[in-house]
Amino acid sequence: MRRSSSRKTGAANPASSINPSAIDPYRSASSKSAAKELERIDQLFNVYANKSSGLIDPEGIESLCSDVGVDYTDVRILMLAWKMQAAKQGYFTLEEWRKGLKALRVDSIEKLKKALSALEQEVAKPQTFLDFYSYAFRYCLTEEKQKSIDIESICELLELVLGSRYCNQVDSFIKYLKIQKDYKVINMDQWMGFLRFFDEISFPDFKNYDPDLAWPLILDNYVEWMRTNQS
Amino acid sequence: MVLGVSQHPRGQLEWSNMTMNERKVIDLDQGWAFMQQGITKLKNILEGVPQQQFSSEEYMMLYTTIYNMCTQKPPHDYSQQLYDRYKEAFDEYINSTVMPALREKHDEFMLRELVKRWSNHKVMVRWLSRFFHYLDRYFIARRSLLGLNDVGLQCFRDSVYKEMRVKVRDAVIALIDQEREGEQIDRALLKNVLDIFVEIGMGHMDCYVEDFETEMLADTASYYSRKATSWIMEDSCPDYMLKAEECLKREKDRVTHYLHSSSEQKLLEKVQHELLFVYASQLLEKEHSGCHALLRDDKVDDLSRMYRLFCRIPKGLDPVSQIFKQHVTAEGTALVKQAEDAASNKKAEKKDVVGLQEQVFVRKVIELHDKYLAYVDKCFMNHSLFHKALKEAFEVFCNKGVAGSSSAELLATFCDNILKKGGSEKLSDEAIEETLEKVVKLLAYISDKDLFAEFYRKKLARRLLFDKSANDDHERSILTKLKQQCGGQFTSKMEGMVTDLTLAREHQTNFEDYINNNANANPGIDLTVTVLTTGFWPSYKSFDLNLPAEMVKCVEVFKEFYQTKTKHRKLTWIYSLGTCNINGKFDPKTMELIVTTYQASALLLFNASDRLSYSEIMSQLNLTDDDVVRLLHSLSCAKYQILNKEPTTKTISPSDYFEFNSKFTDRLRRIKIPLPPVDEKKKVIEDVDKDRRYAIDASIVRIMKSRKVLSYQQLVMECVEQLGRMFKPDFKAIKKRIEDLITREYLERDKDNPNTFRYLA
Repeated sequence: MRRSSSRKTGAANPASSINPSAIDPYRSASSKSAAKELERIDQLFNVYANKSSGLIDPEGIESLCSDVGVDYTDVRILMLAWKMQAAKQGYFTLEEWRKGLKALRVDSIEKLKKALSALEQEVAKPQTFLDFYSYAFRYCLTEEKQKSIDIESICELLELVLGSRYCNQVDSFIKYLKIQKDYKVINMDQWMGFLRFFDEISFPDFKNYDPDLAWPLILDNYVEWMRTNQS
Repeated sequence: MVLGVSQHPRGQLEWSNMTMNERKVIDLDQGWAFMQQGITKLKNILEGVPQQQFSSEEYMMLYTTIYNMCTQKPPHDYSQQLYDRYKEAFDEYINSTVMPALREKHDEFMLRELVKRWSNHKVMVRWLSRFFHYLDRYFIARRSLLGLNDVGLQCFRDSVYKEMRVKVRDAVIALIDQEREGEQIDRALLKNVLDIFVEIGMGHMDCYVEDFETEMLADTASYYSRKATSWIMEDSCPDYMLKAEECLKREKDRVTHYLHSSSEQKLLEKVQHELLFVYASQLLEKEHSGCHALLRDDKVDDLSRMYRLFCRIPKGLDPVSQIFKQHVTAEGTALVKQAEDAASNKKAEKKDVVGLQEQVFVRKVIELHDKYLAYVDKCFMNHSLFHKALKEAFEVFCNKGVAGSSSAELLATFCDNILKKGGSEKLSDEAIEETLEKVVKLLAYISDKDLFAEFYRKKLARRLLFDKSANDDHERSILTKLKQQCGGQFTSKMEGMVTDLTLAREHQTNFEDYINNNANANPGIDLTVTVLTTGFWPSYKSFDLNLPAEMVKCVEVFKEFYQTKTKHRKLTWIYSLGTCNINGKFDPKTMELIVTTYQASALLLFNASDRLSYSEIMSQLNLTDDDVVRLLHSLSCAKYQILNKEPTTKTISPSDYFEFNSKFTDRLRRIKIPLPPVDEKKKVIEDVDKDRRYAIDASIVRIMKSRKVLSYQQLVMECVEQLGRMFKPDFKAIKKRIEDLITREYLERDKDNPNTFRYLA
């Protein structure tokens, strides 16, 4: 995720972390009304939100990350954004925050920490993963009317989102992306094609790859390049 | 043997104690004894024993006896018995006389005997059935029994024929084989024997087919199989084919003379199978005399024979057409290599110019086409398989370029040379027409037709603008031919160009009138302007050349004039295409120089300065380095040195200095200083690539708009087909365009099937 933080990462306001309800993670929300939960969610929001804009901005996200104990570049933050269906990279609105935390059944940092690991497993399921994967691309379209993402960012995104799932394939493909000159940007259609490619095509022999099918041209070129180098 | 009824007194039948008038009951044995007399007489006649012929009374009596015995009241109605004894009469005769006679003979003698016996038998049946005729009328009909004629014939079949048929068959086949070996045989005899096989079938061909034909065909097959085995080893392909043709002819002849006509097709098929089908590949691929060799050595007769023979066997022509295709492809590819080799020996600086070798190459390809088209026509009877083979062969090598020039360019250059003044081809009008016709035919084999069109257009522009076209009629004629071959869209721009020139002349006349009528509008220099319609002509880069002052006025005057004619058009001046006649006042003598506008502009700079540097010239003219180098080279380092260069090297460098060469002179008063044209090749290819991208886009959108949903493979296929008339689109290019259209949201990939696309309205 891109960040444009100018201030050093500061710890969260110590006072706000001593929230009576946050101390007791086992007091489940079910015994309280939903309103109470929402209240805590909102309070948590305010901890990290920028007072003037009313949004959690990149700095806020950074401090959230440090409180939760994950690096801001960790894929779990992206997953959190996905859960929130956050529209703009580096920012969470109140609506999005509420949506995400409610879905996770979380109203405190402690719960959030736990929820994040569970979230990883949830996302790993095939149907959910597809949705997450396509979200990841859209999340990186920061300019209005932007349809494609530059190669450098794509490589980072691939590593982040697929690095653990398809380690060798992704490494090999990223190597190619960096040296090829045909494409400077990647669009959504190609992006989705990559996942299908890693899912379906055997590696590293690419035995079942057929360039006469409608695979994106960049993948045709990649397979060709691999085959020439292998022989 | 002819039996008749006569009045001869000898051998007359006698009734011992009866007259015809009484109608007493005839006892069976009595009656039969009488009949037996008749039968015996008949037999004697057949055996050649001297006998009287039957008189009409005798005939009548025999007939009536039967009649009476049949019409008597029971128990004296002897129809059944008579019927039986009728048959027995034949059996008896056959067993006692006929069979023994046959058994003791062999081979040809046996055959003759058989023919005789059969003939006799038929006579016997005819006569006896007449005597016993009354049985046919009622008894046989009522009981639905076999008729007398059939009974009689069957007797022969069930006895003589049955016993003799194998021997007879073998004897006949032996004679046939003898004839095949060149001996004379009695064909009439064989015809008669085989007629027996046909007739004995009594209306069906089964006896002929099963008892003779099948074995005959098998024998034929093994006969020719043996022959073929030895011939294929010893004979060359043409000799073998001659033999095969001869054999087929003889077998056909055989059918005409004695075999039944129904055997013809089966017989010829057997022969073809053994001689041709079985050994087809060996024959065609014979190393020194097979199909390849015949093509190589132009053996037209042998190839025609090959066609005639191989078109008879199933798929026989396929391998022949394949070899033909390979041969033509090889010949064509050799021409390409020849041209390549010649081109690589050219001097380095002439590398990009399409030279003489390439011209020769196109000529040779045309000749090759003529030659093999004649083959298709004469040897291969215009068969579609061979037209296809020729087409595919040419498509292979016609799309190979030579020395970096694509075939499209070569062809366009070839046309240019024919159509321009002083071109390398000097031909009569008729020859030109013919050649142009053939060139257009070759175009059909080239897949990059759009590339040809663009090169052609560029060269046409040059011819038209620099007045280099040799003959207007030829120009129009080839455009008509191209239109016929490739459609109106192909030639519409070119036709527009030719029309523009005609209009330009009119414009010029009007311009001259305008100048004459407006004194202050006179530019002081003779000016000719050609106005071109932008869409028709190739795109030209127009640089902002700094015109010499004298010319600036010209341009202004024309602009004014043009405003009077039309207000809705914008004029863009292309100085790079202009020519100029200027006078150079050299010391020896004044000379007229015919130069391009660029060159003229450069020269006029020296009216104001004696000596100019490269950079000064460049900045004053406001042209690119490329243009400046080229034009200065033409004025100082080429044939005519109008300017002196310092240093006097042969190439232009940015540090050079130039001076007017006042000492320059030439034998002539008027010289043309050529400025070699920029190589357009790269630009043409770029332009065509760009047009192709648009064309592919348009095609994809068109297809998807009408189909809405389509699989990738279908889309590619239809796209290739749609565009095929102009060029063969590269698959990768199509894929790229699809991706682009997805980004531009004309299409999307189907969510469930990644190989299918949907049109987004």
